[in-house]
Amino acid sequence: MPAATPAIEAMELGKTYGKGAKAVHALTGLSFTVEPGTVFGLLGPNGAGKSTTVRILTTLSRPDTGRARVHGIDVVQHPERVRQLIGYVSQKPGFDPVATGLENLVLQGRIHGATARDARSRAAALLERFGLTAPGRRLTGTWSGGMQRKLDVAMGLMHRPHMLFLDEPTTGLDPEARMELWAEIARLARQDGLTVLLTTHYLEEADHLAARLAIVDAGRVVAAGTPDQLKTALGGDTIRAALARQADADRARAVIGAIPGVSAVVAGGGALQARVPNGAAVLPGVLAALDAAGIELASVGVARPSLDDVYLHHAGRSFGEADRLGNGREAVLL
Amino acid sequence: MTVALTHARLLTGRSLRTLSRQPAYLLFTLVQPMIWLLLFGQLFRRVAELPGFGGGNYLDYLTPGVVIMTAMMSAGWSGTSIVQDMERGAMDRTLTSPIRRSAMVTAGLTHQALVTLAQSLIMFATGLLAGARYPGGGAGLLVVLACAILIAVVFAALSNAIALVVHQQEALIAVSQFLVLPLAFLSSIMMAPALMPDWVARATRFNPVDWAAVASREALVATPDWGIVLDRMALLSALAILMTWLAARAYRFYQRSL
Repeated sequence: MPAATPAIEAMELGKTYGKGAKAVHALTGLSFTVEPGTVFGLLGPNGAGKSTTVRILTTLSRPDTGRARVHGIDVVQHPERVRQLIGYVSQKPGFDPVATGLENLVLQGRIHGATARDARSRAAALLERFGLTAPGRRLTGTWSGGMQRKLDVAMGLMHRPHMLFLDEPTTGLDPEARMELWAEIARLARQDGLTVLLTTHYLEEADHLAARLAIVDAGRVVAAGTPDQLKTALGGDTIRAALARQADADRARAVIGAIPGVSAVVAGGGALQARVPNGAAVLPGVLAALDAAGIELASVGVARPSLDDVYLHHAGRSFGEADRLGNGREAVLL
Repeated sequence: MTVALTHARLLTGRSLRTLSRQPAYLLFTLVQPMIWLLLFGQLFRRVAELPGFGGGNYLDYLTPGVVIMTAMMSAGWSGTSIVQDMERGAMDRTLTSPIRRSAMVTAGLTHQALVTLAQSLIMFATGLLAGARYPGGGAGLLVVLACAILIAVVFAALSNAIALVVHQQEALIAVSQFLVLPLAFLSSIMMAPALMPDWVARATRFNPVDWAAVASREALVATPDWGIVLDRMALLSALAILMTWLAARAYRFYQRSL
């Protein structure tokens, strides 16, 4: 395979569920490209269209419009060839709880054409790698959530795929299990040269793991790049202020907005965010203006832009708010 | 083709292993048919004294019918494992793997056929121990097993298709309530056709459960009318093929809904 072929090309993907007034436009022209051997993050709130995108790329579902290729192979025209190349770990657990870890892995290997002996040795190696050798011969239904999730990932790796799709891999895991899984995912790309596409609605997960990411909102990509590029592109710093009285929010925004070169937005819950070229230089002026207007602050700080700021800038609403709205939208989809 | 066969074998092995690890459920699966046979055999024992039955042992009459009824009832739940796989991510994982769709259909049906085979043999043995006699012998037994497996395939395929289209356990319960029981009673499983109300006797002719019961009973008598047996088995085979095709279509329907 020539090095020039991207691992994934998604071109103007569109997908609508339902008809008429009840139609949900899950994807509205979503495009992105993933280079081989990297971890790529699809970041967005619940209901943004991340899982739908993964379902199309893994041949589970078909796009209404647009095209997608995995390692140069069209997912609609040659789904059976794509399935040989990919591993898929869906949001929901895909292992068999009435089988042992070893049995789950061996079956997965056999399905992909490995002999019984090869499947067993590969399974043993993966159990070892994920620290699951000890429980490997126990029924997986009795395992902890973190162990089960690792097994799901290991099952996706049994046939040595070129490309691994991880749909919300750490949702529902405790912080310790999440850190462990992060370390494993990072190692897959670094040591094994695997391409990983990861969807997440955790900003810090995308920031930590993804070499490049695409921010998805309402079914399309609103920004793409490395986390640093995305943050730097915003320019300057962010001043965050929490108001002592929520009722002051609108007045405070007007006061801050009146300072030359500063525009502030209400982030909800009595908090304000302002993007400024140079935080340290502007902050005293902001504090003085608020003080003069008799607006009390509970706290104030200056920070480099976070992915939350990037999302806010491109999607026009805060990530947390979109996530809550999206939960409602996802409920409709289900 | 060989790949599809290997996949079907692997998936059938998986589901049989699952069954073997749920001892309570396994016991229920194997003991329940015995209870049907003994319960109905006792309850309706004197039915055989009515003119129209020919005055034989009622258990002789009943055993093949209850074998068929059990095959149907147990197969009606076949879609349950599909619903479970859909609720977990197991179905998604399977559909994104190179498993042939035909293997997914055949594995489910093969599993059901094997369960039916075990259940049927247990019921035959129970009947024998309870005093039933089957003059049709080995050939008759083979016909009953074939009919039971065909009826299991028909209802398992239907149950699978419904599971894939409706995605709900509740729908499968509805199927067994509104389809399985009426079909069992609108047949000659327990009552000789000569003693049925006219409309019931006519309805049985369109009931696949009755086709299986008639063929099975006929094959077990001393001198079977093989014309009747083959006729009903041909109808059953045609229906089994149709239902299997329907189940395969339902997989495609399911995937299009994703």
